[in-house]
Amino acid sequence: MNRWLLWVPLVLFGIFFAVVAAGLIRPKDNIIESKMIGKPIPEFSLPAAIEQRPALTRADLATGKPQLLNIFASWCVPCIAEAPQLLELERAGVQINGIASRDTPEDIANFLNRWGNPYVRIGTDVRSIVQLELGSSGVPETFVIDGNGVIVHQHVGDIRKEDVAELLEILEKAG
Amino acid sequence: MTRFFALLALLMAAPVAAQNGLPSSPYAHQQLDDPVQEEKARSLMEELRCLKCQSQSIADSDAPMAGDMRSQVRERIAAGATPEEVRSWLIERYGDWVTYNPPVNAVTGPLWIAPIVLLILAIWLARGRFRRRKNSRKDAS
Repeated sequence: MNRWLLWVPLVLFGIFFAVVAAGLIRPKDNIIESKMIGKPIPEFSLPAAIEQRPALTRADLATGKPQLLNIFASWCVPCIAEAPQLLELERAGVQINGIASRDTPEDIANFLNRWGNPYVRIGTDVRSIVQLELGSSGVPETFVIDGNGVIVHQHVGDIRKEDVAELLEILEKAG
Repeated sequence: MTRFFALLALLMAAPVAAQNGLPSSPYAHQQLDDPVQEEKARSLMEELRCLKCQSQSIADSDAPMAGDMRSQVRERIAAGATPEEVRSWLIERYGDWVTYNPPVNAVTGPLWIAPIVLLILAIWLARGRFRRRKNSRKDAS
């Protein structure tokens, strides 16, 4: 038997060790990216979530101007954390459409009174139907949609201070 | 006295509020009337991953979103869709990740082929060993 063949088991063990160690060291990644990025938004129509804002349909998202579509809920704590950033985006002239996920009109109204209302339209998605159509797996999530109604970007989780500039840039590019 | 307080506590106890006061989707906790369709829906639901609680199937999970997914699966199957159609509808949105029964492709292929290759290799190695031992025994005698 060749002498170098003796080293094969050790080398195999080394490879095995490296793979396991890499898996242990790498931080856990629970983010599920939507496969709808780059595709047009599916057809949908949601009733108005509160009296003060109109309902939301697919047609409202393909108006020739890039927009944001934000999925939120009054029962979602990170949604409170991202509220100031959404207001900041609104002040920068961004059109933000909201989808309230599994929520009641009273709770939505209370939430918006308390943390601000950056939305031009809010649809209510009581049964997660549109959320499933969009490939979204939780709240909050924000989609950047170009003028033709094509999803160009998905932001999973709350929008932090440092994400605002990036979102504005993506919106700019989508225009 | 203790009994009185226990009774008082029971009277005042209110059910813990759910995540929100909304009723769940119609078929989240209700089976389809047609047992054949329900069976199809159930076996598909056991193969679909819950998006919130990522190591459970939607059949096992109590998350509201899993309930909404169950309802969608049942409603689509009741409307005449095949389980495969429902599965690909979800894969189109969430990727292969969403199913516990992923299709065989370039990425998943090695997982299926590797055990077969290893088994063949092991048999071949073992055969060589046994043969050598027999030969050495013959030499000794």
